[in-house]
Amino acid sequence: MKVKIKVNGKLFDKHIPNDMMLIDFLRKYGFYSVKRGCESSNCGLCTVWVDQKPVLSCSYPAARADGHEVTTLEGVLPEAEVFGRVMASMGAEQCGFCSPGFVMAVLALKREIPNPTEEQAREYLAGNLCRCSGYASQMKAVMQYLKEGYQ
Amino acid sequence: MFTAKTYLLASSLEEAYDALQKNKTNTLVAGCCWLKMTRKRIWTAVDISRLGLDSIVPDGDTLQIGAMASLHSLETDPAVKGFAGGILSEAVRRIVGVQFRNCATVGGCVWMRAGFSDLLTALLALDTTVCLYHAGQMPLDEFLTSPVKKDILTHIIVRGGQRRAAYVSMRLTETDFPVLTAAVSLLGEDWRVVLGARPGLAARCERAENALGTGDRDAAIQAVRDDLRYGGNLRASEAYRRQVAGVLLARAVEKLAGEGAAE
Ligand SMILES: Cc1cc2nc3c(=O)[nH]c(=O)nc-3n(C[C@H](O)[C@H](O)[C@H](O)COP(=O)(O)OP(=O)(O)OC[C@H]3O[C@@H](n4cnc5c(N)ncnc54)[C@H](O)[C@@H]3O)c2cc1C
Ligand code: FES
Ligand code: FES
Repeated sequence: MKVKIKVNGKLFDKHIPNDMMLIDFLRKYGFYSVKRGCESSNCGLCTVWVDQKPVLSCSYPAARADGHEVTTLEGVLPEAEVFGRVMASMGAEQCGFCSPGFVMAVLALKREIPNPTEEQAREYLAGNLCRCSGYASQMKAVMQYLKEGYQ
Repeated sequence: MFTAKTYLLASSLEEAYDALQKNKTNTLVAGCCWLKMTRKRIWTAVDISRLGLDSIVPDGDTLQIGAMASLHSLETDPAVKGFAGGILSEAVRRIVGVQFRNCATVGGCVWMRAGFSDLLTALLALDTTVCLYHAGQMPLDEFLTSPVKKDILTHIIVRGGQRRAAYVSMRLTETDFPVLTAAVSLLGEDWRVVLGARPGLAARCERAENALGTGDRDAAIQAVRDDLRYGGNLRASEAYRRQVAGVLLARAVEKLAGEGAAE
């Protein structure tokens, strides 16, 4: 089937297999920040935004994105780099495998709940699993990033 | 992962319903979170995301929630947050993560009739009517025990906004499936007590409701342990669930008392 999907501001007018998931569409057209983790809607690694809302691209039919705007990490790089530096400086990242989805979730949190409490942030980010950090350093970095108003 | 030969972005309910009936394997796609994990061989995947079924309409003591309303919208919609002590918002907030709840839908949760469902536990503590495109309207408890026939759940109607209500669940880890869920609600003298994830489908416990009506909390705790069926699975044994059921009921009643009257 034919779809028109805007990814990071650029229109992709493509024929796709009918049962293609958004993650496969995005990776096919070079958005390699979007990674496959559990592929069973559990880990949050494949998080992208559709019309600015975070969704799981592993479970989102590409056909449904027709006519919509998708944002991946590549589309918010300057902002992501600032947060990335805070994470690095606070030892909040180890292997980094979970980072693409985590960063997309943190930047979505920043937009949806300005000035969240730590509890709100923890709850918002609960769907992003990390096998290395133990979460404590991640949460410290998130709160530091949000509190200090990094832009 | 399922496969689909064709994908229909339906433009009307009629078109979606007809497409569903055309072939045994044709399947409705809602949030796709559960469907994604199946290995179904589908001829036509019928997508109902373009039919405006995601609205939430408050009307006095009643909420009409479209089948395609996302679980996250139940957390953010002011009318839902203020409805029956915010029990529906509370029930969904531990389901996986925000990006999951932006996909998974109310209709998918109700249609699946899953034993582990947080939302069904809360909905049974209120007065919920399920609205189907073909079969019409029926009370939620009747829907849950009816044979499954291909249809489209278009919306649910939830009455009881002025009930005081509370929801609690127990999970081994945050975002995991619940080990057990409990919801209570009260209007005047009329109590509702619901236990879910036992691990069977959520159910009311009449004797516990009567006991709470007479102010006998200990009898209510005993009733949920004695009268409901529990089972074991990899998350918890039958005996453990039975024990926890009483604890969750006590917590829910305490929570309800602490929240003050909304009547
Ligand atoms: C990893 C994971 C963890 C989960 N954890 C929890 C949890 O802790 N607590 C909890 O309560 N739930 C949990 N769920 C279930 C989840 O909340 C949803 O119930 C589930 O994803 C189905 O909703 P959906 O919109 O994704 O439906 P889909 O996956 O799109 O559909 C599921 C089935 O229902 C049918 N269907 C969907 N909508 C309709 C409709 N309107 N009319 C007719 N048929 C319909 C579809 O055809 C399909 O057969 C979990 C699911 C997953 C995948
Ligand atoms: S890969 Fe999508 S949730 Fe894990
Ligand atoms: S840093 Fe390794 S999974 Fe998160």
